[in-house]
Amino acid sequence: MTGLNLLRALFVTMKNFVRAPFTVQYPDRRVGLVGAAKAEGKSPLGLIRNNPKRAIKAMAMLATVPEKVPQNKRFRGNEFTWLETRCTGCASCAKYCPLGIIEIVTHPGGIDVQEGESYGIDVFDIDIGRCMFCGLCVEACPYDALHMGATFERSTYTRAGLVIPVDELRAAPKTPSSWFRPQFEERGFNPFEEQVENHHEAGRHEQPTPEELRQRWVNQR
Amino acid sequence: MTLKTEPITINIGPQHPSTHGVFRMRVTFDGETVVDLEPIFGYLHRGSEKLAEERTYTQVVTLTDRMDYVASMTNNQGYILAVEKLTGIEPSPRGVWLRMIAAELQRIASHLVAVGFLIQDLGAWGTPLIYAMREREKILDLFEMLCGARITNSYLRPGGVFMDAPDEFWPALDILLADLPQRIDELDQLLTNNEIIVARTINVAVVEPEAMVNASITGPMLRAGGVDWDLRHRDPYDYYDQVEFERPLHTASDNNARYWVRLQEMRESIKIVKQCIERIEPGPVRPPEVPFLVRPPAGDGYAAVEAPKGELGFYLVSDGGIAPYRCHVRAPSLINLTLLREMLVGGMVADMFVSFGSIDINMGEVDR
Amino acid sequence: MDTFLENSLFRNIYCNLASASENCAARGYGDALLPDGLQWLAFTLTGVAIIGLVVNAILMGVLGFIWFERRVFARFQNRVGPNRWGPFGLLTPVADAIKTMFKEDVAPEDSDRFLYNLAPVLMVVPLLVVFAVIPFGIGTFVADLNVGILFILAVTTMSGLAIVMAAWASGNRLSIFSGLRAVALLISYEIPMALSILGVLMISGSLALGRIVESQNVPFILVQPMGFLVFFLASLAEMNRTPFDLTEAESELAAGYLNDYSSMKFGLFFLAEFMAALAGAAVITTLFLSGWRGWEPVPSQVWFFLKMGGVLFVIIWIRFTWPRLRIDQMLAFAWKGLFELTLVNLTLAAILIAVWPQPTTTQLWMMAAINWPVFFASIWIIGKVMGVRPHQIDRTAMGALYPVATDEPAPASEASEQ
Repeated sequence: MTGLNLLRALFVTMKNFVRAPFTVQYPDRRVGLVGAAKAEGKSPLGLIRNNPKRAIKAMAMLATVPEKVPQNKRFRGNEFTWLETRCTGCASCAKYCPLGIIEIVTHPGGIDVQEGESYGIDVFDIDIGRCMFCGLCVEACPYDALHMGATFERSTYTRAGLVIPVDELRAAPKTPSSWFRPQFEERGFNPFEEQVENHHEAGRHEQPTPEELRQRWVNQR
Repeated sequence: MTLKTEPITINIGPQHPSTHGVFRMRVTFDGETVVDLEPIFGYLHRGSEKLAEERTYTQVVTLTDRMDYVASMTNNQGYILAVEKLTGIEPSPRGVWLRMIAAELQRIASHLVAVGFLIQDLGAWGTPLIYAMREREKILDLFEMLCGARITNSYLRPGGVFMDAPDEFWPALDILLADLPQRIDELDQLLTNNEIIVARTINVAVVEPEAMVNASITGPMLRAGGVDWDLRHRDPYDYYDQVEFERPLHTASDNNARYWVRLQEMRESIKIVKQCIERIEPGPVRPPEVPFLVRPPAGDGYAAVEAPKGELGFYLVSDGGIAPYRCHVRAPSLINLTLLREMLVGGMVADMFVSFGSIDINMGEVDR
Repeated sequence: MDTFLENSLFRNIYCNLASASENCAARGYGDALLPDGLQWLAFTLTGVAIIGLVVNAILMGVLGFIWFERRVFARFQNRVGPNRWGPFGLLTPVADAIKTMFKEDVAPEDSDRFLYNLAPVLMVVPLLVVFAVIPFGIGTFVADLNVGILFILAVTTMSGLAIVMAAWASGNRLSIFSGLRAVALLISYEIPMALSILGVLMISGSLALGRIVESQNVPFILVQPMGFLVFFLASLAEMNRTPFDLTEAESELAAGYLNDYSSMKFGLFFLAEFMAALAGAAVITTLFLSGWRGWEPVPSQVWFFLKMGGVLFVIIWIRFTWPRLRIDQMLAFAWKGLFELTLVNLTLAAILIAVWPQPTTTQLWMMAAINWPVFFASIWIIGKVMGVRPHQIDRTAMGALYPVATDEPAPASEASEQ
């Protein structure tokens, strides 16, 4: 009780004072001259010669370098990836969503890419304003057509903007998260660097036979 | 001459920096002393138990995440154990080891939050809290690797876990386990013998062990009173009977003891995770025959786990359908609050929040 | 006039404004801006200029200190701190100030409007006045009062009054707690604070801050360790900083007396809080760290601000490491701990001064050598007497109700019984 441990506590905080900060400065990071030069792949002198404006800015600690949050491949982000060519319109995702936020309107007789008949999709809206990103829709999808997105930057100013319409889903870059998709992990797919080019790549390895399908859909569920 | 004094009634919460969520207390003070207290809760009631009756067994996992959102993994574990008991599913060994690792990591994360916020309530301007949170972030990063989410994990499924851990998980876990003891030692050095903390916490809000047993209080709060009651040891679930760990006990039953027990439990959890890593073997993470839509026979099942806050029990009644007929949660946060009035009355204003924080409640679980 | 002209700040402005009066001419000043006969105008203008200069310097200092504190405590917490506005985030306090000014000024319905509006002003003014007597460097001061330290002790008491006023006028019950605590703190900590500097006054033989600085051939922190410790802790309490920030007590009283203040009234309190830290650091530097004294060729002002920065760093360091004390412990600490320490210090200083009435540098070192062992001994004794013992964990006493922990799982029957 003589205050020695208080001094020890001060020592611990001082140890942390000299430690490097652990903050991730998302979305961009303030850098000095060295950092700015490194981001452009030049030496500091090279930066001063090539881009004096940016060099001065960097010397005043005003230059920024974009920084990404370290994410893992299984990250359940809000930018869903949907492959229309794989989707049969079975609405399993809509059915298994605990909140019922997926709206699907189909018409019979869509394009037949997979085995069996499929529906044409008119509406496939996901209301991510109410989504809790549990990923059960992805787990429920038997044809691996719907995937969680790997990124999370789809934010808007209005609630109405939080509904992802089908056109956006069609046009969005195909960067699926490997959540509940072991096939992506097996071949080392990195959603932060590459995209799914071909809808065949997104599927599981073994194609279910019609018999298996019936087993799965009629007998078990 | 006697001064005329008058008790003053203050409404603390639901919007108050130290009530750990939307908790409200109507407190009567005599000067700085608490003379009466009435806890009021229900501000975060979302009807999880009722919602569970409308969801399939797998969908309810997502609801349990949101009960104690500081310790989702153990919530999942409790619920999944109840479902397994109800349906008679035999879980896959690898899935069980994985969920034990996840649950123990979650316990460390939750205790870090508890210790950090206890010190925050003491008025340390967030420095120990930030240190604790920094370590918790590393654990949450591991969870992100495992299941893609940091807080609301939904990692467990009936029969195990939904997906095996990725390859990069194991080296990251080794790094964390090598680093974490030093960080806990640092917190220990910063806090345990700190004269101000000792003066503030010792012999404050002492609860008798008998009273705690009568109020069915569980968890670190009970163990701080010297009662050796840990479900992992008393009623081993999963493979807790196959790992060796000590149960830190303290006799003082005051705020300092509760803090100390949590700090030691983190060290024990690290031990358990290390044993799990040694024991885990390749194999399926859940039995392939378990369908997505679990349909248990009619009946009921109760399973309880030692959550970071105490005994977390799920009681499920099935009518043979795809959704539970009734789901009841024995929430440790709510039950540990039973003795709140006895703990706080007679104490000072400043101790009120510290003692309240030392129970380590989570409003998501209290109100459900 | 001569006394004014000894102040270099005053002399430089006045002698350049007024015509070459005898006093200025004698000090080597040549032509002046104003014609002859307007000395009164020069005098007034000089006064206004000095006030403007000092007040603005203090306000800038506060802005700088806010930035400094936020950056430093961010590093204590392993973070980066504000770095978006301006280089290294230097403009962040400016942005804060602008934001505070444009907030809506809300006053609660039950408030006592007059006192409610008066309290922030009363909080800031005494702290501004403190800087008037502090010598920032050789000849750099506003006024060298011969009772300087007494003046500081007198005016800083006002801030406690302002807290009580704000707490009462808000009509908020949580604020009233804060007001009550402020009164208790005010009464308790003024006494050790005043007593702790008596040793300094005895050795230097003056109440004037300039004279105290000049007499510090050895910094008084070495000669008077007990006095320094008590004064430092008491001034932490006076400036409401952790571990004595009971009036604000963010985790207990939300924000204490600040609960119902908004906009620039809140801004003034905020300003006062940081200004108090600056003033406290300045006084500690002057009394115990030998003020502006340093080594040539670095100017004396720079030495002063360097030392002040060091004291501020320690204040921030303590603030973000130690938790808060409880009110009863705080009062006990003041009356049972600090008060005794000051008495020991005072007795020792009196004896030493009786032996060496006009201490030379060597004698000051000898005083220091005597003071430090007494310092450690008295801290040890006081710690033994008033401390709370940490728990000695007794493993055998555990499990009084249930069996002591063993490695074997309990038998199933026992588990089901319980």
